[in-house]
Amino acid sequence: MKTRGLIDIAELTTAEIDAMMEVAQDIVDNPAKYSEKCKGKKLATLFYEASTRTRLSFEAAMLDLGGSVIGFSDAQSSSVSKGESVADTARTIECFADIAAMRHPKEGAPLVAQMHVNIPIINAGDGGHNHPTQTLTDLFTIRREIGHLDNLVIGCCGDLKFGRTVHSLVTAMSRYPGVRFVFISPEELRIPEHVRSEVLDANNIPYVETTSLDDVMGELDILYMTRVQRERFFNEADYLRLRDSYILTPEKLKAAKEDMRVLHPLPRVNEISVAVDDDPRAAYFRQVKNGKFIRMALILKLLAENA
Amino acid sequence: MIIGNIRDGIVIDHIPAGRGMDLYSYLKLGKLDCEVALIKNAESGKRGKKDIIKIGAPIDLDFTILGFVDPQITVNIIENGKRAKKFHPALPETIMHLIKCKNPRCITSCEQELPHVFRLTDREHGVYRCMYCETKAEK
Repeated sequence: MKTRGLIDIAELTTAEIDAMMEVAQDIVDNPAKYSEKCKGKKLATLFYEASTRTRLSFEAAMLDLGGSVIGFSDAQSSSVSKGESVADTARTIECFADIAAMRHPKEGAPLVAQMHVNIPIINAGDGGHNHPTQTLTDLFTIRREIGHLDNLVIGCCGDLKFGRTVHSLVTAMSRYPGVRFVFISPEELRIPEHVRSEVLDANNIPYVETTSLDDVMGELDILYMTRVQRERFFNEADYLRLRDSYILTPEKLKAAKEDMRVLHPLPRVNEISVAVDDDPRAAYFRQVKNGKFIRMALILKLLAENA
Repeated sequence: MIIGNIRDGIVIDHIPAGRGMDLYSYLKLGKLDCEVALIKNAESGKRGKKDIIKIGAPIDLDFTILGFVDPQITVNIIENGKRAKKFHPALPETIMHLIKCKNPRCITSCEQELPHVFRLTDREHGVYRCMYCETKAEK
């Protein structure tokens, strides 16, 4: 039987995602019940580039399940620095671990690893391509904060061109009925054509595009913020002109619904004012915590499926 | 220009003008010992101009790539001076080893031994994407 990991969120059915969220919620409610579920199991974290949040989230998830963790946190401290291929590193790790989470700067690296081993590989981010556990985190956060995933108006703001988290979120949320998107970005950083044609138009998902956050704030149930990065602009003048339009402040938030929620994949730089953090609508640090719970549910699912 | 009829062989017709040389390369026709003619910018009733390739021997060729380049290309199998078979190449589900991913961030850009594999993701528009990074294949 082919080993099943998680490389792309599209590999999961809606029923599977919903079932995982049920387990994650049960973990939140009854943590003691799960504290020894992975006793004797090892998670390898293969991080070829630095990532504080994701790596620690995976490690905390496995430790809270009673398992243990091995791995490396940058390519320099592994055999990669000697020129070892992803396939060979994966084959080696397979000898020691029961499951692995891999972050790699090259797109497709976790898929290559999965093709060569019989332990589940979880894609913990491959370049600008996929980051399925971030998407699961986003979905679980919306469910916990709002109570449901259907019939929502989701605003995505900032860098929608290069922001992989937005592309994956749009793909995943498109499965739920009654979802509508509002894309708020500078002209230079619009949602890419392939997401519009292959995800939105192909599934008849309604959406609008705008350059003004203020104009649409009051419509939104979810505001998913991303960072507008200086290096994406052709010139400094454009960056300075557009930057402030996409910074969320308490003043801008006044126009939002009382039960709207602000999400952000983090790290944040300046796109959300720290003054927003105390607003109950700011859900981004709760989102980080949810990431651990949904990763626990994912580890349990993959280990059970491949036992 | 006159290029004679062939007795036994293959005529690949209705190639989009300018793409004949690419196909000559993809199909590795330069390695054949038999007669091969590449006609560029021939007159075409439908398209104005087209390219044509004539191969003067009944050889086995993998036509997978033709459907990727343009499903309107026609392949004519010639036997005893007559057309024995004519078909449009199908869109293959997978293309292996024939085209390379040009995304510098793709894992294939740094691990040279990995096979370059593209999968058909949109049959209506003939879109192929890299199996690893999902970058759209350039035609």
